[in-house]
Amino acid sequence: MTQKKWFWGLMAPLASIVFSVAITSIILLIKGASPFGTFQVLWQFGSQGSNLVTEINQTVAYYLAGVAAAIGFKMLLFNIGIDGQYRLAVFFSAVVGAQIHLPPVLHVLVIMVTAVVVGALWASIAGYLKVKRNISEVISNIMLNTIASGIITFLLQPTRLGYNLKNSNNSQTPPIDKSGWLPSFNIAGSHLYSYIFVAILVGVLYWVLLNKSVFGFNLRATGMSFRAARASGINAPRMIFITMAISGGVAGLTGVGEMLGNTHDYSLSFPTGYALTGLALALIGRSSPIGIALAAFFWSFLEGAAPALDLYGVPTEIVIVMQAIIIISTVVSYELVKRINQLQQQKLVGQAAVEVKEEVK
Amino acid sequence: MTKVIEIQGIGKKYPGVVANDNVNIDIEGGSIHAIIGENGAGKSTLMKILFGLVKPDSGSIRVRGEELNLKSPQDAIAQGIGMVHQHFMLADNASVLENVILGSEPTGALGKIKYGDARTKLVEISKRYGLELDPDQLVASLGVGERQRVEIAKVLFRGAQILILDEPTAVLVPQEVDELFTNLKGLTANGLTIIFISHKLDEVLEIADGITVMRRGTTVANLLPRETTKKELAEYMIGGALPEPNPGETTRGIDKVLRVEKVNFTDPDGRKVINNLSLEMFSGEIVGLAGVEGNGQSELIELIMGLVKADSGELEIVGLNAHDVTTREIRDAGVGYIPQDRHRDGLLLGATLWENRVLGHQGTEPMAQGLWVNKSAAQSDSERIVTEFDVRTPSINVAAHALSGGNQQKFIVGREMAGSPKVIIAAQPTRGVDVGAQAIIWNRLIEARKAGAAVLLISADLDEIFKLSDRIAVIFRGEITNYLDPKSATPETLGMAMTGEKIA
Repeated sequence: MTQKKWFWGLMAPLASIVFSVAITSIILLIKGASPFGTFQVLWQFGSQGSNLVTEINQTVAYYLAGVAAAIGFKMLLFNIGIDGQYRLAVFFSAVVGAQIHLPPVLHVLVIMVTAVVVGALWASIAGYLKVKRNISEVISNIMLNTIASGIITFLLQPTRLGYNLKNSNNSQTPPIDKSGWLPSFNIAGSHLYSYIFVAILVGVLYWVLLNKSVFGFNLRATGMSFRAARASGINAPRMIFITMAISGGVAGLTGVGEMLGNTHDYSLSFPTGYALTGLALALIGRSSPIGIALAAFFWSFLEGAAPALDLYGVPTEIVIVMQAIIIISTVVSYELVKRINQLQQQKLVGQAAVEVKEEVK
Repeated sequence: MTKVIEIQGIGKKYPGVVANDNVNIDIEGGSIHAIIGENGAGKSTLMKILFGLVKPDSGSIRVRGEELNLKSPQDAIAQGIGMVHQHFMLADNASVLENVILGSEPTGALGKIKYGDARTKLVEISKRYGLELDPDQLVASLGVGERQRVEIAKVLFRGAQILILDEPTAVLVPQEVDELFTNLKGLTANGLTIIFISHKLDEVLEIADGITVMRRGTTVANLLPRETTKKELAEYMIGGALPEPNPGETTRGIDKVLRVEKVNFTDPDGRKVINNLSLEMFSGEIVGLAGVEGNGQSELIELIMGLVKADSGELEIVGLNAHDVTTREIRDAGVGYIPQDRHRDGLLLGATLWENRVLGHQGTEPMAQGLWVNKSAAQSDSERIVTEFDVRTPSINVAAHALSGGNQQKFIVGREMAGSPKVIIAAQPTRGVDVGAQAIIWNRLIEARKAGAAVLLISADLDEIFKLSDRIAVIFRGEITNYLDPKSATPETLGMAMTGEKIA
């Protein structure tokens, strides 16, 4: 049965990719472009060495956002505040990183810890409101995203925490000492951030804590049934609060790789939209650490390869269409697989009951 | 009298499970016909078939001689069949009239609701059947009995000639039951036919004109109340002699494991549900807590388990002050808790059985090992429970929701009795389980008592209370009003005590 489970677990996302490719092909045909040619261009451009490295760096950021979202999902929390949490976290860790002067490893650690703490604190506002005031975390997080933007814009003024480079009107935080940089590997002329190991560590911790520890059990139990968790002695409201904070903490790490490996400061060029991407990836990856990684890579690959489509004469937006179809069809196919599994289980249970009955006879 | 409903050879299979098999019932017009059976005997499936929610695989239903072919509840209503569900479906913030017409509003031009017509009709129905409803009263201000009458009025308003009542007395106090029965007799006197689903034998013998007993999905007997006895009905229901647990002499010890003293508790709605309640339990005894549902039993359980905190008074369990400790600490100190609502409070339906074995025990060994869940211990102990309690499941790796209610209950009981608890709070421990499992659970509770556990047995099944308890405590309006000795008390005295009368 476990083998079957694996089979179905893989079938669902594969089916949705096939489905998405099919729909996209139809759209391309309507547009008068060759589907085969389009996918070939995507594949060739996306799999070029230096592009691949950029895509992997992007995968790391998406992955962390995806894990942050997945942690929320386990508690039925929809952490759409990942955006605000991650940007405040990068911003404050950049500010702290620039202010302090420490030996290499320690410096980086302090920056990362700052990011986690800021992300967690920011998310715990939504957690507090949810638990104490019964306010939907979706609403409060959307508001908190906007507030985070405001705070950053305010503090990034040259008269406050930011400054402008010469001949530039782009505000940014002061640069971080070299001791606070993370090394990169030079591959095919591009820099692969060593931050990828942080992401791997987060993935391993996520899996182990969730599936093996009592804490993870309590978390999942509360997500599955608040009342049963409470009756079993779990402080369910506190569990919800903590989960929100942890999700925010992981979200806080999302943008740090780019800063430690590349920019070494925070500026307004850090993108928004990680929340929605993270939630989508957690959904497609079914909140599993491996699944999210595969989904994140697939996502980054598509985005990394998209610019080549312009040269080929196909609008790059076709990639967004593909992504959207994948999201929708994954949700549908997981639901189908879930129902098939449920039916099979019920059948097995029914058979067991009948067998016992016959034995009695 | 003529037969209004003829049910012949009805069968319904779900994947792997036979829910109904060769069900045969004849019901006479203008009568109250009771269908009894244990939970899982197929009563609800049959009712769903009658009400058009489920299509039968085989057999036929004839109403007034005509073959019935229902596709939906709307069809059933059109055929004059109405259903009053056990759980009321009323909008609190609307009036009685609005609730009654909701979904079948008489409309005039431009969809304008004809309130005047509706009101006349409702008043007439209310008067004819003695329902005594005020059309303008807010449903929120009504008591349980009145709400039920609103539900009945709803069905009558839609022109029902045949009423199906699904365990209508489960939520009522005795006086309300009497009122309901008066109402029901008024309905049949006016020619309506009532199908009354229940598992309370006394009530069935009192009210019904005909009785059908179901067991394992099929009808096993059609009886007349004046020609049968409670004992006979019970034996038909369970398909054999009633198991008699043998608790033997009391094993009551001297350790006071539970002390509740003058505890008060007000629920979030501001109702004072626990009223200066005092109760003590000693090791090695089973205390049966008897009372009509809704007299503070659930709140007392929650207080004892530390799930809610008392307004005032003292509550000490296994030496812990319940005011200061968490539910986790109470459980870890050796308190087992069989909740009355197994789906909501007792199980993680989406998790496997072995994960459910961990639930509630994740704070102590062997289910936890330091910070980690001990999967192998959970799995091996789940296997033990499955064997010892006869839980019917293909494996301990299936999700809890795949099991039937009775098997879920057996698993929960097995879990809560694991690790020799000092106190067991057992709320409706045998609700919905078959007779074999009931015997297993009863024997286990008695064994636990012999081993020195104190068991607080909360049950709506008075037989169960009589058979197992060393002492019976009667709870009425949030107070323990009486203690009875099960050896000398009769069901009648207990019944009187439950309605608030002081028994010396």
